[in-house]
Amino acid sequence: MSILISNNTRVLCQGITGTQGSFHSQQAIAYGTQVVAGVTPGRGGTAHLELPVYDTIDQALESHAVDASVIYVPAPFAADAILEAVYAGIKIIVCITEGVPVLDMIKVNAVLRNSHSLLIGPNCPGVITPGECKIGIMPGEIHRPGNIGIVSRSGTLTYVAVNQTTQHGLGQTTCVGIGGDPIHGLDFLDCLQLFEDDEATQGIIMVGEIGGTAEEEAAEFIQEKVTKPVVAYIAGVTAPPGKRMGHAGAIISGGKGTAEQKFLALEKAGVTTVHSPADIGEHMSMLINA
Amino acid sequence: MHIHEYQAKSLFACHGIPILASHLVVVGDDIESVCASIEKRAWIAKAQVHAGGRGKAGGVVRVDDPSELASVVTNMLGTSLVTKQTGEMGLPVNSILLEEVIEIEREIYLALLVDRGSKQIAIIASAEGGMDIEQVAQKTPEKIVTHFIHPAAGLQLNQIRNIGYALKLEKNQHSQLQEILFNLYHLFVSNDCSLVEINPLIVDANGNLIALDAKINIDDNALHRQQDIQEFRDISQENISEAHAEKLGLNYIKLDGNIGCIVNGAGLAMATMDLVKHHGGEPANFLDVGGGATQSKVAEAFKLVLSDDNVKSIFVNIFGGIVRCDLIAQGILDAIQEVELSIPVTVLLQGTNAAEGKKLLENQSAKIIPVSTLTEGAMQAVMLANT
Repeated sequence: MSILISNNTRVLCQGITGTQGSFHSQQAIAYGTQVVAGVTPGRGGTAHLELPVYDTIDQALESHAVDASVIYVPAPFAADAILEAVYAGIKIIVCITEGVPVLDMIKVNAVLRNSHSLLIGPNCPGVITPGECKIGIMPGEIHRPGNIGIVSRSGTLTYVAVNQTTQHGLGQTTCVGIGGDPIHGLDFLDCLQLFEDDEATQGIIMVGEIGGTAEEEAAEFIQEKVTKPVVAYIAGVTAPPGKRMGHAGAIISGGKGTAEQKFLALEKAGVTTVHSPADIGEHMSMLINA
Repeated sequence: MHIHEYQAKSLFACHGIPILASHLVVVGDDIESVCASIEKRAWIAKAQVHAGGRGKAGGVVRVDDPSELASVVTNMLGTSLVTKQTGEMGLPVNSILLEEVIEIEREIYLALLVDRGSKQIAIIASAEGGMDIEQVAQKTPEKIVTHFIHPAAGLQLNQIRNIGYALKLEKNQHSQLQEILFNLYHLFVSNDCSLVEINPLIVDANGNLIALDAKINIDDNALHRQQDIQEFRDISQENISEAHAEKLGLNYIKLDGNIGCIVNGAGLAMATMDLVKHHGGEPANFLDVGGGATQSKVAEAFKLVLSDDNVKSIFVNIFGGIVRCDLIAQGILDAIQEVELSIPVTVLLQGTNAAEGKKLLENQSAKIIPVSTLTEGAMQAVMLANT
């Protein structure tokens, strides 16, 4: 078992003819992902990577059943691409693109709330169920099928966590990179719930960062709803405060958002926190084998 | 992107948000003649820098005697202003905004920002504006009101009424607030702002609302569709190394420690700094060469880190994903030949082809120490910086 995607997931790629879309689709296919078609406006009727290319998702859906779409289109057009997938009724939408304007994401979010679609990202590595389906830019070979669910705001830091669970012989059920942008789709709470409900997942690793209050909310959620062991790491204890303009950010976060606050909230909720990313795998292993 | 107060106020003026009469003086202007040409009255001279805390740092000076204005401006213009947010080097004061002095009845706080939690634009307002607004928020959060703007519905009259009552406005001020808020919201959305803050929004002696200060941040991701705003960029307010790094596609922030960090990915870069600190060291920088690190980016990163004389040891921490570690290792070897390395470099390569990468680095130079784990790497780098 896994969450979100499995070997039955049929994937469409938006922006398949671009450099990124092309390269990562090749990698995904080599990993065994069922990529069924691509979409690039203006390139409909052609073939790419031996896959049919369509001008629109609706056209692709006339000939293919699609469960998930992955987006590699440039940032100025990414919101449009996400909404095209939402309107077409795609269940899982994974937006890899970095640099999407935040006001675009506010509009996207408003539409998403009234839809049946789930968005992962933008500005994220994607989602992978090891040995079954890889949607995104993560290196497939560091993953192993196993029993740990991983959810993270970061890219390469996620790979560090993945690598350690693999080295400790635990492996992963599914790994979700939810993305580092201020406004994104799926969040910690959604993923924690999915992992809690997934029978195969025996432990959860959560990798957070400074900024926002998502980790604090996750802490509350874990205390109330999550029965499985959780190991958390938060990056940014030493991050410089930065040239902050104005007070509004501090006012709305109400003093939350620092790494210390997040660690504290998680510890209060009974989460096993590690202050070095090097300890993630070992602590998860101890909890699982206890 | 940050913009100056005077630039923010020019946007306010365009959008019908009331501001005070003002004059801008820039480096190169004939200060005497500018000061002679403007009205003889009390002025406030405000240093234009991209940092908060100007008032407490002497960057906002009230000049009551018109004959002293030129000398105050002369003393401030072209200097560096050090505030609690600028670091010890300060920021250059290349322009000064002269603003008329008026009588202030009340100070209100008003801001719009992108709110992560609600995934909407939020309006924050408080009847108690001014320099201690964060204290107000902490000690008496009930004095802060927050409303969220749904992107489809837009800003609603009921929200404006509620804000007006929370601010305890007089009857005629409600209509002023309505105009200001509608205009601010329009300004925010049409210019891709991530923050617009007016602190304080004042009530003058005639009962009129006026924006006394203006802070605007623009979403960097949206600059491609904000041509006019791009013109507002002031490189003089940015750290030279950081601006240079940005051109190279590197994300670099200089810090005060002595251990240079070269990492791929922002999260891992932060984690690496934390790890260095965890083992008793002080990071010299945050440096993210990007998720898809390349040989050439690693080479540029080396030059950048070595340009900081405080650096005594370097910790390279690369997790090879799509980019193979053996290629990164080759990039490191090329880079150190180019820069004539004189300090030790601890290298941790993990992920794709990590073993091959490590092998390439072994026995190449006494200055390169390949390691196998995060902990070993951080401890090694800290130890080498202290010897």
